[in-house]
Amino acid sequence: MSEPISELSVSLWRGAREGRYETYSVPRRASQTVLDVVTFVQRHLDPTLSYRFACRVGVCGSCAMTVNGRPRWTCRTHVEKVAADGRLEIGPLENMPVIKDLATDMAEFFQKWQRAKGVFAPSQTRHDPIAQIRPDTPARAAADAAIECINCGVCYAGCDTVRWNADYLGPAALTRAWTLVNDARDAGNRARLQAISASGGCHACHSHQSCQELCPQTLNPTAAIAGLKRRSAAAYLKGAIEP
Amino acid sequence: MNVRLYIWQRATAALMVPLVLGHIAVIFYATGQNLTAADILSRTHGSVLWASYYGLFVAAASIHASIGVRNVLAEWSPLSDRGAGLSAIALGLLLAALGFHAVVALVLM
Repeated sequence: MSEPISELSVSLWRGAREGRYETYSVPRRASQTVLDVVTFVQRHLDPTLSYRFACRVGVCGSCAMTVNGRPRWTCRTHVEKVAADGRLEIGPLENMPVIKDLATDMAEFFQKWQRAKGVFAPSQTRHDPIAQIRPDTPARAAADAAIECINCGVCYAGCDTVRWNADYLGPAALTRAWTLVNDARDAGNRARLQAISASGGCHACHSHQSCQELCPQTLNPTAAIAGLKRRSAAAYLKGAIEP
Repeated sequence: MNVRLYIWQRATAALMVPLVLGHIAVIFYATGQNLTAADILSRTHGSVLWASYYGLFVAAASIHASIGVRNVLAEWSPLSDRGAGLSAIALGLLLAALGFHAVVALVLM
């Protein structure tokens, strides 16, 4: 561990819906991440600080917060890239209720995955032969392009449509639905297209593309949602689904 | 916005693309030829073609605009989804009434 090279001025949200930003001084270190900063405050300055993390390597999707006004995965966000002036303002993700400090209630976020039928619906049993999936088919390529979502909620927190329309399923849930719509093994597409075609579904998206810009996995949820719009419109025109 | 409203809004938008271009062409023609209102009305009077053209335009614009305004009201106003829908229907009917009144004046006066 290198020696501290300076002090960071770090403002952290304290409280729930009502609260305030409190400022702490944190030693600046080489290769320091925003999660390192929050962890330093909790371990050395104020043990009552609440936040959420698990893997620390960008896999689990637990540690997303609002960093200097922008939702980010904090474990993979280096201080030098977001706080050149040595100042950090770190708050909870937006568009989700705050439980305490930097920890948000993600229940609705995940309930929307259920509403979007983001659960694999098997078409075969364990007694059937393993399905042969060619990776170079257009459908599999579309599914693969969207499948690396880590459920961090960054796209959901940065989505204008979620902010304006609490019923909107959001980019993450719809991206998950898109991977399953393109999964040749899945048997739940009629119910899934029905679900994402209702009010609050994919057609509510304004294509602002904030999700694409903010996604730490560099996925393109806007493209996935556009694909869902096409598929559901075709299904509706064929009479396969009702809005 | 559900899939039904989405398709109606996109379909009316697609329909209006050639209608808008035709309308602009008519404006350029009328101004280029120095046509007066009386000249224009004398040409459109009793014309089923112009009645159909602008009647279709009014219908498409009324549907398209009311769906768009419904979205704006649902997202940006305190109205409920039902309230936004009813307000948008009222706006669509108003636009259609005004538009068809103008079309009737165009071909019957």
